[in-house]
Amino acid sequence: MEFSEFLDTYLVPTAITVAQIFAIIVPLLVAVAYLTYFERKVIASMQLRKGPNVVGPFGLLQPLADGAKLFIKETILPSGANKILFAMAPMLTFILSLIAWAVIPFDAGMVLADINVGILYLFAISSLGVYGVIMAGWASNSKYAFLGALRSAAQMVSYEVSIGFVIITVLLCVGSLNLSAIVEAQKTIWFAIPLLPMFIIFFVSALAETNRAPFDLPEGESELVAGYFVEYSSMTFALFFLGEYANMILMSGMTAVLFLGGWLPPMDIAPFNWIPGPIWFFIKISLVLFCFLWVRATFPRYRYDQLMRLGWKVFLPLSLAWVVITAGVLVAFDIVPTPLSG
Amino acid sequence: MEQLLKEYLPILIFLCIAVAMAVGMVIASFVIASQKPDSEKVSPYECGFEAFDDSRGQFDVRFYLVAILFIIFDLEVAFLFPWAISLGAIGMFGFWSMICFLGILTIGFVYEWRKGALEWE
Repeated sequence: MEFSEFLDTYLVPTAITVAQIFAIIVPLLVAVAYLTYFERKVIASMQLRKGPNVVGPFGLLQPLADGAKLFIKETILPSGANKILFAMAPMLTFILSLIAWAVIPFDAGMVLADINVGILYLFAISSLGVYGVIMAGWASNSKYAFLGALRSAAQMVSYEVSIGFVIITVLLCVGSLNLSAIVEAQKTIWFAIPLLPMFIIFFVSALAETNRAPFDLPEGESELVAGYFVEYSSMTFALFFLGEYANMILMSGMTAVLFLGGWLPPMDIAPFNWIPGPIWFFIKISLVLFCFLWVRATFPRYRYDQLMRLGWKVFLPLSLAWVVITAGVLVAFDIVPTPLSG
Repeated sequence: MEQLLKEYLPILIFLCIAVAMAVGMVIASFVIASQKPDSEKVSPYECGFEAFDDSRGQFDVRFYLVAILFIIFDLEVAFLFPWAISLGAIGMFGFWSMICFLGILTIGFVYEWRKGALEWE
C-alpha cells in the first residue's frame, strides 16, 4: 500500500475522530468544572449566602483553583488497601463517565458514533458505574468506605431497574434504539408530555443513580464521613469528583434526549428554530441540572428504608404497569411505530 | 461487518483517550506532588481510633437479596428491549406472549413482597 493511500484511508479519518473526541471531552470537563461553581453559587443564593467570590471576578476562577490544589496534594495509598484496585476505581468511574458521551447526539447528525444500539450502550455504561463504587469501597479496607459502597451499590442497582422500564416505555413509542431516532420521534410532541409519570420517575431515579441529594446516603456526611471515597486524596479523589459530576451531566443529557426532544426547539416556528440545535440541547441540560441543584437545596436526606421502599415498592410496580399500559394503548389503537430497517 | 467496525471504532479510540487521560492525571499528580507517607497517615481512617479489626467482616444479608432481585428484573428489562423495538412486526401473538411473561414475573414480585423480601427495617 502506498503511503498516501494509507494516509487517506486510515490516518486522516483517525485524526478527524480524535479531534472530534477532544471537541467533546474538553467542553465536557469545562462544564464539569463550572457545574461545581454553579452548584455552589445556586445553593448559596438559595440559602442567602454569596458562595465563592474571592478567586477571580465573581469567584469564576474557583474551579481552577480547586483543581490545581487537588493536583498538588499527596496521593495517599492506605496501608491496608489493595493498591492496584484502589487506584483503578476512580479511573474506572472517570473513564465510564467520559465514554458514554460517544453516542450522545448534539444535533441532527452531530454525533461521534451513531450506532444503532445507542440507548443500550448508554444503559450498559451507566450500569458499569457500580463497579467503580464497589471497587473503591472494597479496596480501601476501611469500614466507612465499605458500608458506603454497599449502600451505594444496592441503591444504584435498585433504581437502575426502574430506569430500564422507563427506557422501554420510550422505546415502545419510538421503535428504535438509535438516539438520533429517539429525538426525531419527538418532532410532534416531546415525550415528557404523554409520558409525564415516566419522566418524573426517570428524573428521580437519575438523582438516586448519581447518588445526589436527597438520595446521597452513600456519602451521608453525618454518619459515613464521605462513604466510599473516604480514603481517597489528591487526583484519585478528583477523578471520583469529576466522574460524579460528569455523570450528572450525562443523566441530564439522557433526560433531554429521551423526554425533552434533545436538540429540537420547543416549537418549529420562527423565533425558536433560529437558535441552533446544540444550543437548545445545552439549555435543556442546564435546566435539568438546575433541578438537580434545586432538589439538593430543598429536600432533607432520605432514610435508607424509605429509599428502598420508594425504589422497589413504588417506582418498580408503577413503571412496569406503565410499560404494559403504553404497549396496550399502542397495540389497541394500532399506532405501534414500524421498526426501522437496518 | 465493515460498516459495523467503522461505527464502533470512534468508541474504541474514545476509550483509549479516556484511559490515557485518567492514568496520566493520576501519575502526573503522583510525580509532581511531594509524597511523604508515614504509618499514621496511611492507616485506615476510623475517627481517630486505631482500626479495631479488618473491615471486611459480615454485612447485612439484605444486600445480597437486593442483588438477586436486581438480576431477575434487569434480565426482564433485557428481554423487553428487543420486544419493544419489534412490537410492530410481531403482531398480537408477540404482544400477548410478553404480557404472559410479565404476568408470571408479577406473581413472583407479589410473592417477594408478601414474604417481606423488600422490607428494610
